[in-house]
Amino acid sequence: MIAIFKLSWYTIVMVNLGNDEIVKYPFLAEAGKYLSDKGFSLDQFGTDPDLKKIVDNAFERIITSSEGRIFKSDPLSNNSALPLEIFSFLIAVILLKLSGMNTLIRRFSLAEARRAEKFLEKDLMNHQDATKTKLSLQILQELFSVTVEKIDEEFTISVSDYLKHSINFHEREWKLINRKVTNGKVHLTPHETVRLVRKELDRHIYTKINSSSTPEMIIGFETYVDKLKQLAKKFEVKTVESKEFPPCIKHAIDVLEKGENLPHSGRFLLATFLLNKGQTVEQIAPLFKNAPDYNPKVTIYQLNQLSGISGTTEYKSPSCEKVKGQNLCFPVPACDTIINPLQFGRKRV
Amino acid sequence: MNAKDITFLEDTFKKFYFEHFELLHVPNDPNQREFGYQKFNGGMNRHISLKSDKELHLLLMQNKPSDVYCSNARYMFPSLPMSEKDWQNAELIFDIDAKDLRKEHPKNNTLIKCSDCNEISALGDSCPNCQSTKLSFTTLTCDDCIKSTKDEVLKLNKILVDDLGINEENIKIFFSGNEGFHIYVHKSEYESVGSRERAELSDYIMFRGGIPETFGFKKFNTNKSSLPKFDDVGWNGRLAKHLYGIKSNRSKISQEILSGGYALFQKKLEDFRDSIGIKIDPNVTQDIHRIFRLPGSINSKSGLTKIFVEDLKKFDPYIDACFIDDEEIEVAANCPIEFSLKKKKFGPFNNEQVSVPKFAAVYMMCKGIASSV
Repeated sequence: MIAIFKLSWYTIVMVNLGNDEIVKYPFLAEAGKYLSDKGFSLDQFGTDPDLKKIVDNAFERIITSSEGRIFKSDPLSNNSALPLEIFSFLIAVILLKLSGMNTLIRRFSLAEARRAEKFLEKDLMNHQDATKTKLSLQILQELFSVTVEKIDEEFTISVSDYLKHSINFHEREWKLINRKVTNGKVHLTPHETVRLVRKELDRHIYTKINSSSTPEMIIGFETYVDKLKQLAKKFEVKTVESKEFPPCIKHAIDVLEKGENLPHSGRFLLATFLLNKGQTVEQIAPLFKNAPDYNPKVTIYQLNQLSGISGTTEYKSPSCEKVKGQNLCFPVPACDTIINPLQFGRKRV
Repeated sequence: MNAKDITFLEDTFKKFYFEHFELLHVPNDPNQREFGYQKFNGGMNRHISLKSDKELHLLLMQNKPSDVYCSNARYMFPSLPMSEKDWQNAELIFDIDAKDLRKEHPKNNTLIKCSDCNEISALGDSCPNCQSTKLSFTTLTCDDCIKSTKDEVLKLNKILVDDLGINEENIKIFFSGNEGFHIYVHKSEYESVGSRERAELSDYIMFRGGIPETFGFKKFNTNKSSLPKFDDVGWNGRLAKHLYGIKSNRSKISQEILSGGYALFQKKLEDFRDSIGIKIDPNVTQDIHRIFRLPGSINSKSGLTKIFVEDLKKFDPYIDACFIDDEEIEVAANCPIEFSLKKKKFGPFNNEQVSVPKFAAVYMMCKGIASSV
């Protein structure tokens, strides 16, 4: 059975992982090897009553993550010959693979990323044990190619590295303007340093789970897997969409109707929005006929470019953040929860 | 533009290129760059690969382009369609243009063209001929505009060095050929960053998206000592200088800021964008597939040349970037305001046939206010 269980885990070669570290960062362990090294096969977990606790624990770990909570560690449980937390993580992955429920894998990856984040932060700040700090810096370097330097109590990373990660955040505090930036470096607290890579940590765990092969059903796991399939149904989201345009689009149409000049960015917003909503170039072109510099040939050419008919790229409607930066945003309360004008009026049911 | 004017400009540009090949070079990694050109009244021809200066010069001679471009991006296959080019990296480029700096059109340097009746006249709110308000604005040579654009370039330069850690030697400034500057950053860590990251850099430079907390103003329990100080690095220090003017004002003004409250400070930060943010064109910086006017080539909006600026303070584009010769030419000029090139004043010309040096004739034809006779 071990032969089927080929989880292609990536391991940090340079870092010597002790048991402590694998408990904190179980996704770094080479799962199949870890189990066999400890003298276990997957089959045993389905049949051996002594190991049932681990499977229960693994199941619980998935449930916790599906509720958006972080699985609580119990350090004592790891001191035995049977480090419960490492095993429960590895078995949880098997259960998730067997269930095939992507929504649960997503929630699990995020919760595990947040769990690891806490340990990473603690290790970064570890004043007593410099090796802990070194290890966490190494994890950041090797997993996410982020070179972090420690200067007193602050950490710095290069502006370009910072940007590559921070652009995934929508909160304004992560904008570069809201950071201390000097001489090409961004200054961060340990918490911020680790928070910066949460998404990548999440993606790293998710990709590893997804790219690992699915074992055949293990006798004794069926009930757990069925329960997970049932659970996943809870998270299916259905949405309805209203036909009303967001205020930025209404404004753009308004400006054009009055025959006033709409800047290039406004025209781009309007055209890509309507194209993304499924309107055709022929339906959109007449909107621009009142523009002071209207030229039907140029308009059609540009719309064809944006739609991907002429070029190879279909342009996407710009984000709210970008629209705001172009002074084309006129928000109403319904805009509070969206990050792209295309999401306006979309509601979960 | 009519056929006669096009022929005249094409021949003039070609002559310039023939006589100034030394100004026109492909970058030192031409195999990775995308080139493009436009012809008068024509569309854009891009996805062109050139391997040497010779091939570039041949293109200029054979195609008589109105404008020539080269990508800041490096690609594995620059001549393939965009999605197949395989983008590698791109120099960071900033565009500072006089039109983005001014709050209103400079009165003595701007003319209006009516979109309804084509009348050209001095600056006004409506067309004096048909009263239409569908107008386009054209700015002619304007020393004040160039001066303020230069100031903005210097401010940008300081942020690039002090905040973003760019080696000053790797910052090269070019006059755009019309009324702005292109600032190129070579060999930096930013070459590998994508469009969204460059948008963030633009926001930083433009002072966009700042929140009160960044400048020490929290929603609760804020005190004066946490507000920006003169010696702070980055935007905090620059904001302090803007807010207080002189050090001794800090106590008084920071008390006023605190009394004004969080929301007012947030509003002020947004207003400061106009006063302390650097006025770059963010679209230029974040477009990583753009082709930029090639240094050494003529800008068909003006007939002036995009040229490397050695000493920004001394640089005068209306002298140093004007390379067309001064052979006298007869043109029909409709230029209701005065302009100045190579230290000579021209205009106003009231729909009349005049004899002017070729560089002034080309300038007016490029601006759409003169035709050959």
